[in-house]
Amino acid sequence: MRIFIALIVLLCIAAHLLLPLAPLREAHAIDPELANLLLVQLRLPRTLLVIGYGAALGVSGAALQAIFANPLASPDISGASSGAALGAVVGGYWLGITQPLALAACGAAGALGTLALLIGLAGRRADTATLLLAGLAISLAAGAATSLALALAPSPFAFYDAFDWLMGSFVDRSLAQAAAALIPAGIATALLLRRARALDLVGLGEDVAASLGLRPRQLSIEVVALSAVAVGACVSVAGAIGFVGLVAPLFGRRLSRGYPGSAMLPAAAIGAILLSLADLVVRAVPLDRPIPVGVITALFGTPLFIWMVITMRRRLAA
Amino acid sequence: MTSLQAVDVALDRRLAPSSLNAPAGQLVALVGPNGGGKTSLLRALARVDYAGGNVMVDGEDLDSAPEARRRRLISFLPASRDVAWPIAARDVIALGLEKPDDARIEELVALFELGDLADRRVDRLSTGERARVLTARALAARPRALLLDEPLSNLDPYWVFRFLDMFRAAAASGQILLIALHDLRLLSRFDRALLIAEGKVQLDEAPASLMASERFGEIFRIREGADGDWEIRQPADQRSSP
Repeated sequence: MRIFIALIVLLCIAAHLLLPLAPLREAHAIDPELANLLLVQLRLPRTLLVIGYGAALGVSGAALQAIFANPLASPDISGASSGAALGAVVGGYWLGITQPLALAACGAAGALGTLALLIGLAGRRADTATLLLAGLAISLAAGAATSLALALAPSPFAFYDAFDWLMGSFVDRSLAQAAAALIPAGIATALLLRRARALDLVGLGEDVAASLGLRPRQLSIEVVALSAVAVGACVSVAGAIGFVGLVAPLFGRRLSRGYPGSAMLPAAAIGAILLSLADLVVRAVPLDRPIPVGVITALFGTPLFIWMVITMRRRLAA
Repeated sequence: MTSLQAVDVALDRRLAPSSLNAPAGQLVALVGPNGGGKTSLLRALARVDYAGGNVMVDGEDLDSAPEARRRRLISFLPASRDVAWPIAARDVIALGLEKPDDARIEELVALFELGDLADRRVDRLSTGERARVLTARALAARPRALLLDEPLSNLDPYWVFRFLDMFRAAAASGQILLIALHDLRLLSRFDRALLIAEGKVQLDEAPASLMASERFGEIFRIREGADGDWEIRQPADQRSSP
């Protein structure tokens, strides 16, 4: 099964890099060097970003779900993505930051702020309803604050400019931008993956975990901070993309015998697969302007989310 | 000699500084009224909450033992029977082991007569069935000391007696057992009883003499009736009555 999933990831990487094939072939016909340039300068950063962002969403989603002991906690539902967008907008349009890594830090700070607010409002072991309501309130507030920050921004083009990436876009990102997102996100996800066993044990309850010498409180803080860095850095470059961080862990747990921490690695693979497929759809749509990736993930994610809510309701009623 | 020694463990307002020494081979019961501090004492001993003082098992300080070592020293079973994730019973038991060990898991599945239940999701089991799974998890690593919070609750009589047999066998094999107990009718099956009330160990005696003591009746507000069973103390017996 592992090899099978790894193969699908590789297939997605290859497909994302090479499709559509026609421009590459045309460029190659004119000048092989041009095709090379197209591949390395334009396609490669986009593919790296898509795969890395998808994996980061999968891992941080699974980790957040593990510490909240709730399958609905995720970067989007918790408001972390909206907070990251707000952070990046404030950094980019108000503080005039252009350096990608500094912008990534703004995104991480925004995500961290919203997650801290969520824990303050709902508590770490909140029931589903409280978590959803608090997350929704924070997302809405962060969204409104982002709109306000854009409307009042010194640059009159901020609103139009930001629309391009707020809902998720991988178009025309440079290698430097990809690096600014992926280096912090890569480090954060690697550190999260090291805590798989601890997060599995927290699944038995914080008391049992604490009796084994783990510190559940400290672990939660660590997971929240690392998730904020991973998601924040990616959002600052490619915008807030919903549902992948919610859905990937769900399938990840099916591959980890239900263990919440061990689900992080398969969730990373599934997140990468989902996001690369979504971006391939964006590129395949025959419109002259690109539609945001977030629209595609929402299109497929919303029905799944509704299905999850219905099954949870049935379980609660039973 | 294997033993668990606690010195001055305390939990803010719930547990006054308490010390105790539990040697291996004995079945030690913790009894006391609701909210008296049984769970707080177990949590303090298992180092679930930061509790001050220190707890030594076989002369090893729990606080400085890393996870893998701690697993061999103690195991804590909380009173809650909830598992947040829909994990198969067998996989819950596996979490009690440091490394995968199918033979040990099969042994526990047989011991707790889980059979077909082993492959079912724990959230789909009854509370009593889940109690068996979680107790199997707690016993899995064969730790030196078992700290069990009300392991006999939610069980039908057959399993109450099976559990008591298992605990007796564990004690005989040299494990230390501290067991919070609700059902006083089972107390006579233990070797020693700690009466915990108002956040303090009030009495520490053999079950028979504990139950015969005046303090026991006072704290539980019950007395032995003419038919040999427990009954509520009449209001006239209570010192607090007007």
